[in-house]
Amino acid sequence: MNFSEVFKQSNQLCKVSPDGKYLATCVQYRLVVRDFNSLQIAHLYTCLDPVMHMEWSSDSLFILCAMYKRGLVQVWSLEQPDWHCKIDEGSIGLVSSRWSPDGRHVLNTTEFNLRVTVWSLCTKAVSYIKYPKACQKGVDFTADGRYMALAERRECKDYISVFVCDDWHLLRHFESETQDLAGLEWSPNCCVLAVWDNCLEYKLLLYSLDGRLLSSYSAYEWSLGIKSVAWSPSSQFLAVGSYDEKVRILNHITWKKITEFEHPATIINTKAVVFKEVEKRPVVGSEDLSIHQLTVDNSLFSTQSKYEITQLPAQVPVIKPDPDRANPKIGISALAFSADNRFLATKNGSFQVLSLFWHCSGSSLVLLSKEHICLCYVEAEEEK
Amino acid sequence: MSPSRQNLHHSLHSTMALPKTSYSVLSAFCTEENISQCIAYINQEVCSLGLTGVSLESKSGSLSAVPVLNLLYEVLQLQRRAQRALHELETQQLKNGSDLEHLQHSNCRLKDQLEHTRRDNSGLHEGERQLQLKIKTLQNWLKSEKEEVQKLQSIISSRATQYNHDTKRKERECTKLKERLNQLLMDKRDKKLSIEISNHVGRSDGKRGLWKTGKMEARHEGEMYKALLSDYETRQRSLMMENSELKKVLQHMKKDMITILSPKKPEPANDSLEQAVSECEEEIGDPSRETLEQSCEQAREQLTNSIRLQWRKLKSHMERLDSQASLVASQEREGEEMMSRKEHEEEMQRMRMELQQCKEFIHMQQQLLQQQLSSPCDEETAALLNDCYTLEEKERLKEEWRLFNEQKRNFERERKNFTEAAIRLGHERKAFEEDRAAWLKTQFLNMTPFVDRKRSALSDSALSVGTEPEAKLQSTPPLVTKSLFSTPKAASVKMPSTADLYRTLHLIPDSRGHGKCQSGEMSTKSRLRNCSTDCSVLSFVRDENSPI
Repeated sequence: MNFSEVFKQSNQLCKVSPDGKYLATCVQYRLVVRDFNSLQIAHLYTCLDPVMHMEWSSDSLFILCAMYKRGLVQVWSLEQPDWHCKIDEGSIGLVSSRWSPDGRHVLNTTEFNLRVTVWSLCTKAVSYIKYPKACQKGVDFTADGRYMALAERRECKDYISVFVCDDWHLLRHFESETQDLAGLEWSPNCCVLAVWDNCLEYKLLLYSLDGRLLSSYSAYEWSLGIKSVAWSPSSQFLAVGSYDEKVRILNHITWKKITEFEHPATIINTKAVVFKEVEKRPVVGSEDLSIHQLTVDNSLFSTQSKYEITQLPAQVPVIKPDPDRANPKIGISALAFSADNRFLATKNGSFQVLSLFWHCSGSSLVLLSKEHICLCYVEAEEEK
Repeated sequence: MSPSRQNLHHSLHSTMALPKTSYSVLSAFCTEENISQCIAYINQEVCSLGLTGVSLESKSGSLSAVPVLNLLYEVLQLQRRAQRALHELETQQLKNGSDLEHLQHSNCRLKDQLEHTRRDNSGLHEGERQLQLKIKTLQNWLKSEKEEVQKLQSIISSRATQYNHDTKRKERECTKLKERLNQLLMDKRDKKLSIEISNHVGRSDGKRGLWKTGKMEARHEGEMYKALLSDYETRQRSLMMENSELKKVLQHMKKDMITILSPKKPEPANDSLEQAVSECEEEIGDPSRETLEQSCEQAREQLTNSIRLQWRKLKSHMERLDSQASLVASQEREGEEMMSRKEHEEEMQRMRMELQQCKEFIHMQQQLLQQQLSSPCDEETAALLNDCYTLEEKERLKEEWRLFNEQKRNFERERKNFTEAAIRLGHERKAFEEDRAAWLKTQFLNMTPFVDRKRSALSDSALSVGTEPEAKLQSTPPLVTKSLFSTPKAASVKMPSTADLYRTLHLIPDSRGHGKCQSGEMSTKSRLRNCSTDCSVLSFVRDENSPI
């Protein structure tokens, strides 16, 4: 395995273009675009302020750099390096900025979530959307990029607006039956919108594209509710992870629970295979440490870890979270379906995994923690 | 005094009544003659009673009245006392009798009471037990309620922390807003929001932008509904497919169940089955009427009901079979080996397969035999078929011939190589011998000046006629080499046979009489020494040199 040299970056802003040809990194206020195969610098742009957020447009032609402190957004073009675009939100301030799915509109959320401004790069048109809701996931685009769902809050009630991304025409605006909407997500087939409530109430609502309420689901009352939601890629299943450490799967025909998965601290299921990471640190005597050795011999400090299969029943270490704190670190915080609909990966409790996602072929799972990355390969059985 | 006297009289009479009868005995007791015995006897009796006795006066043998009267009085007293005691005893006895009766009554009463209290006791025990039970259930309920209360409290506390957290967050946001508002009010210059763009880019899909009109809105609506409809259609299609597959499975199941149950069950069940089957098949089996199928609720219900019925029958049948099997198994369990049903079935399956195989084998054999015995249709086929049995052998023979030829070729090749090697060897030897001869010549020349010329002439002649096969020289080493040199010449002309080769190499006896040129011993010596290699020949030659 070869490694490239180490490049500098700031704010963990390092993204590969959607077409896979370029790699963009931000170093303070500079945007460096490299060719992916050769890692040669293809373009170099300078922004006006340290960049807080960077995003590729969907067609890989433009890069958006947002500087929240100064309320500026700068857009750079790869085809024409001398093309420039600067969006100034003025005194209103900027909280978040993102591309639209067609890659020609920039959606800026102003400070205090006062409004969402839609800037068009094609025309001089500017659209405003009032009262967006500041929640875990208030905006979602459909997979085909045709519709956008936005959560709004007016007069202590939650509303959902569906916009057509073509010309930002408001298609539907309806009231949501949630107490305090926490997030919404389109199904991959773009026809159903899953809306879930705050953790204080377990409520999952399913709306169709035209705003009709298809079904609502609530597993229990009073205890802390939904923490994370994920659709399966075929839109057949909806996985709901909650604070009671269980994942419940709903089916798309009746929207009723078909199964639920538990995360017990002791694993006794005979069909489960438990992998445990075992770290081996080389033992170093204190007399051996000299400056020379420290600089030259890196392997002294590298820890090698390998994975062993532990015997069942296996005990998973559980850290009890502080019950007096809000948003406790218990429950299912991350869910991911594999692309071939066969596997569901869940993260329960306070493990150090920050994110997990599948490779597009569905054969491996990537786990990211603060300092480490781990790839888990799944052996798929041959089906005859 | 008189009543007592009367009483006494009465008592005397009463007591006397007895003695009246006994008076006659008394009269018989005391007579004139036995006064003293009577007196002695009475004294004895009186003494035993504890009274003073009466003494006999010696005067005339008559008793003095005073002691007798005293005695009598004492006896009367005694009698009275006894009477009184008797009376008392009688009264006492009466009293005891009544007491006994009273006690018996009270005993009965107490027994009844005891019974009654025992019953009460058991009733109370029962009541106590029930109350204990109730206490337990109440305690459990209390515990569960407490747990629930605790749970609710924890929920409330977590909710409260969440609310507090949210409130704090909102408050912080509010203060930030207020600050910002203040700042904006203070701040005179208002930065307008704007976009600076060098030039507008085209749309991603390359089309021109369209105006927002009512038609556009309608189009959007239409597109949205189209998307929804297509999704519903795909879903419906998949569900229909699933439905039809499940129906097929049900049909198969039903057919199987019918076949399983029909030999056991009599006609009536079959009739209803067949009726249902025919009905269903009419309406469902026909693919052209699929649209009707959806609306035939009745048919669907009938199908499912009939299947349920059959399934229940099958289940009961299986249960019966199971019980029978277990019964039979328990009967057989004494001595015989018990085979489980599965093993039995497997065994049967295997045997059936074996049987099948054997049958096939026999059939094949028969066919072959018939073919063999039956005459062929015409001569050509007969001729062709003539050798068919030995075909395999012929093939094998061919193969062996081929191998043999190959080996022969290899052998020839090897022989050729061998002869070439021998030729080369001969050449080398020749060269070596020449050198040696030259050396020897020089030696001779140095050693013997007299026979110098002779020897030299000899050696010259030897060298010159090196190739002559028959040189008649006596015990000189060149002779040996000469005879050996015959081979190269012969070999250069044509490939010698193996026999010649060996002959020349002195490996086999020489028929052409080469032995003449040497003394017998030498030839034998050479023959003995020479096996087949050049080294040995040379060593022989060298050995001959040594004596020199």
